[in-house]
Amino acid sequence: MITLDSCLIIGAALFTLGFLAVLTKRNAISVLMGVELILNAANINFVAFGFFRSYEIHGVLIALFVIVIAVSEAAVALAIVLNIYRNMRTVNLDEVDSLKK
Amino acid sequence: MSGFDIVFLFFAVITIGSAALVVFSKKITHAAFALMFSLFGVAGLYVFLSADFLAAVQIIIYIGGILVLLLFGVLLTVKISSITITTQSTQRIWGAIAGTGLFILVLTIIIRADWFIPEKDPGDIYFTQSRQIGERLMTEYLLPFEIASVLLLAALIGAMFMIRSEDK
Repeated sequence: MITLDSCLIIGAALFTLGFLAVLTKRNAISVLMGVELILNAANINFVAFGFFRSYEIHGVLIALFVIVIAVSEAAVALAIVLNIYRNMRTVNLDEVDSLKK
Repeated sequence: MSGFDIVFLFFAVITIGSAALVVFSKKITHAAFALMFSLFGVAGLYVFLSADFLAAVQIIIYIGGILVLLLFGVLLTVKISSITITTQSTQRIWGAIAGTGLFILVLTIIIRADWFIPEKDPGDIYFTQSRQIGERLMTEYLLPFEIASVLLLAALIGAMFMIRSEDK
């Protein structure tokens, strides 16, 4: 049951759902949630390959760095979203289409 | 199918089902809370892959940090009228029954459990992964570690710089 394939399938499903959120959501924060799902899917793959295909812990270490990058991404992206909201009074991505006010 | 498999399947279903809820729910606050369960399920999967340290980090950083940040973003960017604020409690009786039942269940487990008594010398078993991670971060992965700290500092300064108000 708990094999490399099942972990990869979970990762693939998570990645697909995150990708769907990035593609279809209008709200910028929903898109950010999709990005978090994608990063989690990548992390599951790193840890699964590290667990099933090696006796080292490189997978866990890489996943840790991915988490660090996800944190910085979330902080900076939310700052950008809040700035967009302050300037344009909306965070719907299809309405944010002007390069200057 | 052993109990191990059932719990694994349970975490997998939580992860993917909540992720589907994130994508398909209409309300963004519901999506945020579904994301919490999805991240929690991923933490459970890490435990199955014997990445205990990573599971703890996942809960602390993702659920404690990123999710709160996203909820702040949600609350700061939606129009006030679109949030229905409810503080009334419903279904008190069922809530009381469920809460008491859960407490009794936990209490029974605590009393009945045959707690593990460690031997004199625990050796490396308990801290294998954390110790290994710490050693690797200080030797083999020292350069990525330093780069990650610089990246965090840059993200901190950048976010503060972008979010500050324009008027002096």
